[in-house]
Amino acid sequence: MKEFINTGNKDTRSGFGAGLLEFGRENSNAVALTADLMGSVKMDAFAKEFPDRFFQCGIAEANMIGTAAGLSLNGKIPFVGTFAAFATGRVYDQVRMSVAYSETNVKIAASHAGITLGEDGATHQILEDIGLMRMLPNMVVINPCDYNQTKAATIAAGRYNGAVYLRFGRPSVPNFTPENQEFIIGKAIKMIDGKDVSIFATGHLVWEAIQAALSLEKEGINAEVIDIATIKPLDYEAIIESVEKTKCVVTAEEHFIAGGLGETIASLLTAHRPAPIEYVAIADKFGQSGTPSELMKEYGLDSDNIIQAAKRALKRK
Amino acid sequence: MADIQKLNEIASQIRRDIIRMVTGANSGHPGGSLSSTDVVTALYFEEMKYNVKSWSRTGKGEDMFFLSAGHESPLLYSALARAGYFPINELATFRKIHSRLQGHPATDTGLPGIYAASGSLGQGLSVAIGAAVGKKLEGEKGKYVYVLVGDGESQEGQIWEAAEFASHHKVNNIIAFTDWNGQQIDGTTEEVIGPDNLEQKWKSFGWNVIIVKDGNNIAEILQAIKLAKELEEKEEKPVMIMLKTVMGKGVDFMEGTCAWHGKAPKKEEMEKALEQLKETLGDY
Repeated sequence: MKEFINTGNKDTRSGFGAGLLEFGRENSNAVALTADLMGSVKMDAFAKEFPDRFFQCGIAEANMIGTAAGLSLNGKIPFVGTFAAFATGRVYDQVRMSVAYSETNVKIAASHAGITLGEDGATHQILEDIGLMRMLPNMVVINPCDYNQTKAATIAAGRYNGAVYLRFGRPSVPNFTPENQEFIIGKAIKMIDGKDVSIFATGHLVWEAIQAALSLEKEGINAEVIDIATIKPLDYEAIIESVEKTKCVVTAEEHFIAGGLGETIASLLTAHRPAPIEYVAIADKFGQSGTPSELMKEYGLDSDNIIQAAKRALKRK
Repeated sequence: MADIQKLNEIASQIRRDIIRMVTGANSGHPGGSLSSTDVVTALYFEEMKYNVKSWSRTGKGEDMFFLSAGHESPLLYSALARAGYFPINELATFRKIHSRLQGHPATDTGLPGIYAASGSLGQGLSVAIGAAVGKKLEGEKGKYVYVLVGDGESQEGQIWEAAEFASHHKVNNIIAFTDWNGQQIDGTTEEVIGPDNLEQKWKSFGWNVIIVKDGNNIAEILQAIKLAKELEEKEEKPVMIMLKTVMGKGVDFMEGTCAWHGKAPKKEEMEKALEQLKETLGDY
């Protein structure tokens, strides 16, 4: 079995900050905007190095989205940075008309996504953003799993011509994917090869899925773990190929069941390769305050829950 | 010197186009389109510098116009067609299936002259400001971004977010207009949600404001634009030109009422309207 080494816990938002700085050096058209969250979203290094290409918008997200759309027209590549709750639900109509429908090249950098935002509570813990964004035509949705992958995904988003929703988080989590990896938008990444059950995970839950697979291995269950870092466009071929082999599925994400990765994969499989599927995701209720690890346990998102889900899926084969 | 008589003739033809398009589609928004016709004519046929043949959505090296009040699409489409962006016969397809002339402006149909979709109100000003900032970053001198906002539309919060951004960041290559006709769907702007003190609002948000007492007078509009450019050069502040216009201008039974905000004339009503609007450039 392949080994996964955590090179030290790091927050994915800092991966974004590092990727933004590197892309800013690579392409002088890169610009960045924030709504009074420069430090939280880790845009400060970019702002310091490129003050003329950084725009403080104040606590006014709707205008920030529109201004970014306008900036993109003459070739600028704007990254707008704020919390995921305010980058999606709060400005959905602006993202819909001025970004997606207007086919503008805006990168929506959404930090503090999901339940692991922690102590701030449900007001800020958006769990429906993947659903909101993947419903929009012309919108790419990326949810990387660790610092290194977030950095690579940020650079890939900048190089891609079109609107991107880039989702990442607040807490420090294991950093285990290769440094300076190349991120390919739309490509699923196989973490562990297996034959008994397919675990499709995204974001912070990829690490949990790997831990679950390592435990299952000890019980003689051979789980395949695939990192779905790009939720839209979805890597249909990789998913179908895996399910052809394993014939049962677990999905794992820090999101509501409604609209999330699980439903996305379920709709694909229903049409092309029906198989039993178990969701590790949050049912129809809001979050609450707590530490990230307490909340992961409370809302059924940790590796123990993935192990149980895998066993349920296996029984339904 | 601008040939005001010629510009008035163009405005008359555009008003005819608006009435005929809306009647032909049996839907659309004639009232605001008619009240804004004169400023859009002044821009496309006198003030703005652009090249229809080399047009692209980048707007590089050109003046740009954004219609934030996207429901005034028949006005924009007529002006674009008359300016040579696309054949005037295409105006007949307005709001019909498979047309490039969508109910509200869209980019995905590839219609030349449209930079961004608009119609969900309050967004176009932000997009125009972004385009203006982009021009500044590119070091484009002497090129302007124009944007038209409705007075009812100015009830949207995003307008004021944009207003604050533009004054804070000294965006002095944007010239905005308010079509201040005092009417919106449910009544007058005062009845719907007053007070209609837009002049004080824009000033308090750090903009210079120029009032055009007759916002349907092309000579007065052009004079205001000249003054706006001088002010922006001198004071590094954006300018809002408030146009006191008449809703439904040019068609007596449509003037000064919200009734024709979003209603298509019947065939007899169209004929009555067209009797009041001289055909100057030939109907499509």
